[in-house]
Amino acid sequence: MAEIVLDAVSKRYPDGALAVSEVNLTVADGEFVILVGPSGCGKSTTLNMVAGLEDITSGELRIDGARMNERAPKDRDIAMVFQSYALYPHMTVRENMAFPLRLAKVDDKVVRTKVEEAAEVLDLVEHLDRRPANLSGGQRQRVAMGRAIVRSPKAFLMDEPLSNLDAKLRGQMRTALSRLQNRLATTTVYVTHDQTEAMTLGDRIVVLQAGIVQQIGAPQELYDRPANLFVAGFIGSPSMNFLPVTVEANRLHTPIGEVPLTARLRRLLADADAPRELIAGIRPEHFEDAALVEEHVREEGAVFTNTVEVLESLGSEKYAHFALEGEGARSQQLTDLASVTGSADVPTGGTSLLVTRLSSATDAQEKQRMDIWFDPDRFLVFDPDSGRNLTADA
Amino acid sequence: MAFPSGTGASAKGKWALVNTVVVVYALLPVLWITSLSFKTKETIGDGNLIPRQWTLENYADIFNTSLFVRALVNSIGIALISTTIAVLLATMAAYAVARLEFPGKRALIGVSLLIAMFPQISLVTPLFNIERALGLFDTWPGLIVPYITFALPLAIYTLSAFFREIPWELEKAAKMDGATPAQAFRKVIAPLAAPGVFTTAILVFIFCWNDFLFAISLTSSEASRTVPAALSFFTGASQFEDPTGTVSAAAVVITVPIVVFVLFFQRRIVAGLTSGAVKG
Repeated sequence: MAEIVLDAVSKRYPDGALAVSEVNLTVADGEFVILVGPSGCGKSTTLNMVAGLEDITSGELRIDGARMNERAPKDRDIAMVFQSYALYPHMTVRENMAFPLRLAKVDDKVVRTKVEEAAEVLDLVEHLDRRPANLSGGQRQRVAMGRAIVRSPKAFLMDEPLSNLDAKLRGQMRTALSRLQNRLATTTVYVTHDQTEAMTLGDRIVVLQAGIVQQIGAPQELYDRPANLFVAGFIGSPSMNFLPVTVEANRLHTPIGEVPLTARLRRLLADADAPRELIAGIRPEHFEDAALVEEHVREEGAVFTNTVEVLESLGSEKYAHFALEGEGARSQQLTDLASVTGSADVPTGGTSLLVTRLSSATDAQEKQRMDIWFDPDRFLVFDPDSGRNLTADA
Repeated sequence: MAFPSGTGASAKGKWALVNTVVVVYALLPVLWITSLSFKTKETIGDGNLIPRQWTLENYADIFNTSLFVRALVNSIGIALISTTIAVLLATMAAYAVARLEFPGKRALIGVSLLIAMFPQISLVTPLFNIERALGLFDTWPGLIVPYITFALPLAIYTLSAFFREIPWELEKAAKMDGATPAQAFRKVIAPLAAPGVFTTAILVFIFCWNDFLFAISLTSSEASRTVPAALSFFTGASQFEDPTGTVSAAAVVITVPIVVFVLFFQRRIVAGLTSGAVKG
């Protein structure tokens, strides 16, 4: 049980590379905080600095109010679960889990009861005398968890603990992990590159990119009100559509037609003193087949007509992909995002693409024109230069 | 372990043939010298692989001379001490080379490679003079010191390869679990490196055991003469008699510890390797 405070923590490597830049973060007692970002964004480095496995170049790390910068990992009383699990291959499951207690010179009897308790919780009782090499991936993952929980540390640090599991098992372990954290109510910092994991597990999410914190907030807040283009594009799957738009008088010119500026948008843009060339973002679920929208709702929104290029049916819903005329949205942040996520996810340059999520009741057909309804008030508007979300304070 | 190509009987047959040729080629001289050691003086030159008259006289002879017994004690003592010290030092050095960044790391690796490649014969004269001046000539330390010097590069190279195989995260995990660096090394790294340590120990032991050059140049009496050197001092019953039988017997005897050493540690190596897997 502890509060972890990162006060302007930075990490600069001896070769001059800045891996983490001035991270300010307060993890409250019992909170589950996720560090998420593409690989190389500094999230693991941040975690290692909290663990004490890497030195902090500047700034201060406090756990329960005490400065930790110079303390060895063993004196910080925190447990860590590694991506590779890092189980000791020469020890049995029981000895692996007992290792932290043995180092702490805990009485033999206490060790046995604690290990057995943890094994009970993690469903490992029948595997206690086996060696890690003979266990499945999920079992090893649980042993690693067990080793972390036996000594009831102040906090758990988890470095992509689920990324070595297959998709189905990952989903199950995610739920199990959530339940375990709720039950133990131990402060947890969790690192992942998977935004789904971040959205489902965390109380709060920290989005990192190139060592800089982009946004800190609850999952829904990040989804609804991303601070900038990077967060908007990174959170959500399929990702948000970005369209180049121009403001003209009271209207917004977009590749999917001209829409009137709503009063709310107009006020926000005026407040932000926004340029005329902007980037609009709208999520796939904010579109619908016009034929399925009730008349009075339809009049509040706008409709555009285009040819369905690809139609993907997921059973419960359908994704219709459209190719729009003209160039896609351009911004430095979108280029960064494309380079770290694999550009296929985010349309930049060339013709712009639009992904829409439609109800499964739609009779949309590939290569046929259809009417798509959307609500212009759902548009998020970003400054192309700074990437800032101009509609965030709504 | 599967055969590289083909599963048919013909492929297996070919491999069996090749293996047989290699084994016969390698072991025939050993067999020959063993055979010689069991022959009597009269039949030693008869050219038969299987002795016509078996005798243990040669073995009895060598164990009756203090020359051989004393040399055997020297050999075992010097080789064991050198191996222990070299492996201990090399373990620490190899760990540093594999895991730590420190100034002069490249220089250290370079120097050890240089030592490994240095022609030993060119050092014999200087060493002879230095050891005489220091009073190390014809003593155990007089041989142990150069053996350690030449065994270290070999040991460091072998061991650092093994250390690199051990996932670094295990050590981090140990630290997070509350271990001091020393505890992490002793309880996690060292047990995992054991197969590597044993392999290295075998190589170093064989190197020290087989050395002839230093043994013959830096010793002058029974006080420190090892078996390879002592063999060259064997003589027959008279000046004109060829000591082939006794030399052969001695050669067989000094092969035994190596075989025992390898067989003993090989089991440890295999046991260590099969239980040490991190990834399934």
